Amino acid sequence: MKISLLLTCTADLLYPASARACVNVLEAFGVEVAFPRLQTCCGQPWLNTGRLAGARRLALHFLDVFEEAETIVAISSSCADTVRNHYAELFPDSPVLRDRFEAVARRTYEFCEFLHLVPGVKEMPAHPHPVRTTYHSSCRTLRGIGLRGVAEEYLEQMFGADFVSLPENETCCGFGGSFSVKLPELSGRLLADKLKNVSATGALQVASLDLSCLTHLSTGAERLGLKKIRFFHLAELMAGALT
Amino acid sequence: MKSSHNFRKASASAVADEVLGAAVGKTADLLFSMRAAAVAAYPGFEELRDWGRSRKMEVSGDLATFVRRFSDRLEAAGGAAHFARDAREAVEIVTNIARGLGAVAAVKSKSMTAEEISLNEALPEAGVTVTETDLGEFIIQLAGEKPSHIVAPAIHKDRAQVAALFHETLGSAPGLDVGDLVRVARKALRERFLAADIGITGANFAIAETGTIAIVTNEGNGRLTSALPAVQIAIVGIDKIIPKLSDLPGFLRLLTRSATGQAVSSYVTVITGPRRQGEEEGPSELHVVLLDNGRSPLASGPFREMLHCLHCGACLNSCPVYRAVGGHAYESVYPGPMGDVLSPLLWGMDVYADLPDACTLCGRCAEVCPMRIPLPEYHRKLRVLRAGLKGEAAAWKAEAPAILTQHPLLYRTALGIMRRVLSLGRRLPDGIRTGLPGAWTVCRELPHPREGPDFRSWWEKRKSCHE
Repeated sequence: MKISLLLTCTADLLYPASARACVNVLEAFGVEVAFPRLQTCCGQPWLNTGRLAGARRLALHFLDVFEEAETIVAISSSCADTVRNHYAELFPDSPVLRDRFEAVARRTYEFCEFLHLVPGVKEMPAHPHPVRTTYHSSCRTLRGIGLRGVAEEYLEQMFGADFVSLPENETCCGFGGSFSVKLPELSGRLLADKLKNVSATGALQVASLDLSCLTHLSTGAERLGLKKIRFFHLAELMAGALT
Repeated sequence: MKSSHNFRKASASAVADEVLGAAVGKTADLLFSMRAAAVAAYPGFEELRDWGRSRKMEVSGDLATFVRRFSDRLEAAGGAAHFARDAREAVEIVTNIARGLGAVAAVKSKSMTAEEISLNEALPEAGVTVTETDLGEFIIQLAGEKPSHIVAPAIHKDRAQVAALFHETLGSAPGLDVGDLVRVARKALRERFLAADIGITGANFAIAETGTIAIVTNEGNGRLTSALPAVQIAIVGIDKIIPKLSDLPGFLRLLTRSATGQAVSSYVTVITGPRRQGEEEGPSELHVVLLDNGRSPLASGPFREMLHCLHCGACLNSCPVYRAVGGHAYESVYPGPMGDVLSPLLWGMDVYADLPDACTLCGRCAEVCPMRIPLPEYHRKLRVLRAGLKGEAAAWKAEAPAILTQHPLLYRTALGIMRRVLSLGRRLPDGIRTGLPGAWTVCRELPHPREGPDFRSWWEKRKSCHE
């Protein structure tokens, strides 16, 4: 089985370790990973700020790079959501492009969703360093990709009783793309509420499937002086359990 | 009357108000969880949502016909239908009726549509004192404030604040508990009910088939307002129309579960025409003011489903932004997700340009909306509309980075530069914290790339090792 990795610009810029872990975990389950080097950004920043000309450019670039791919696996939920649920509607006047985008959308997965559905991984080994861990289920994972409970199950297998679920785990962390910089005081308030819930669990590490939320949460935790809590893409914890 | 407002400023001061945050959060959470429980206890709710949407689609697909049908049937039942194109016309209609009657006192049950036309400001000018009779509305009227939630208007106040307010304005003992506060309000309100010349209501539903209006309340004030005074005036947005009387039970199930988690509200008042010959009770005149105020154009546009909104408030209770700031920060009658969309559509993008941004696109509102209105999608569409209004120069400014990003080499170069700048971390000069980085660092540190080589270099190296 062969997949093409959608690195996402966030991982490209900030999270090489998360991307490496995704590759390692996929390969550990017998998936062959390809990395199309010409990929850039999915265009979500333009899509969500109403700049559709820019969004269309990047959607078309994505199509150039990924149309031949058998299966596409994105390492961040919101990017997978963009490809899956928003590209086709950018081209209402072109049935041909719509069809092509819809076909690509059907072959695009978020990393954890893919692992669960396609190679059908149902079991993760226990993690050699059990640390109290919680999970931030991002809005796009929940309501864009429609993935509920899968990451939590893997975490429970890896960390046993050290996995604690996050109170109010379906509430937004306050990132919201342009929201985070257009309304930073409000974004900061939602962030503080989310980190309060994280602190209440006593967790020392937070896993997520959305790198944008992780950027927001980790830099917010740094500002609030929560030095002990570390933030990881789920794949990094899986990679730790698999070695 | 309205000025272009600044949601960033308003929301920043709202989040700094801890009493406000706690009060709104507590009640919104309660309403949210009560809704969830009520929906879980009703197995056919998802199908009911689909049904409700399809009935509303029928109305929004032929709105003018349904409005005409409603007004014809209302008049056949002895009521008077009035058409108001905008708020000013609606206010004129009401004040003219009041002047014609020589009315001096009105009681009013909760109506966001009356808020929309600022009726409470206009009636005193026509010599009519108005008393709000919904407890929440009564509280904020005493406080000289505006509703901050479309269902729970005084959600921003806690018990202690209400006790202090009643003590100051009604002379009740200080520090009363909830039960005693309700008794104080009831006593004050009874006198007003009995003295009123006019009862002003809204309507939750207007039934085209029969010319009937239905009002959903929990305090019985809607029933007293529509039964005691000699004349009733109902202010009804034309979006409130449903096709048939037999549709009412389904819509009531959707509305009360979504709004307050109730299987049914304490009162549902169903009114077809004024008092008939031989009847002993009820108003002798029933006027229904059918308000358009920007609604008709929505029916044929990309935001058509906003006309399906039941004004249940479920989207407010589910919204992280609303829960953090309450309703006043929106500076509109309609706050929260439905307000973010409706306010710029009804009053203009120039007035409410920033409300489409008051949303993280988290999608929770769409999960709870009984009418399945695609609220996150509508926020996105409004942002597109707004971008279109900003002109060519702004469009190019936004598109230029997309052109750069579209070219792999330019993109990688730009990313490399950003990575280097960010890895300086705390050694970055403070001067860089303006613009985008400045907004980011209001509540966060700048991100720093994790240790180790970037992914692309790792990949290349690894590949060459494998080969």
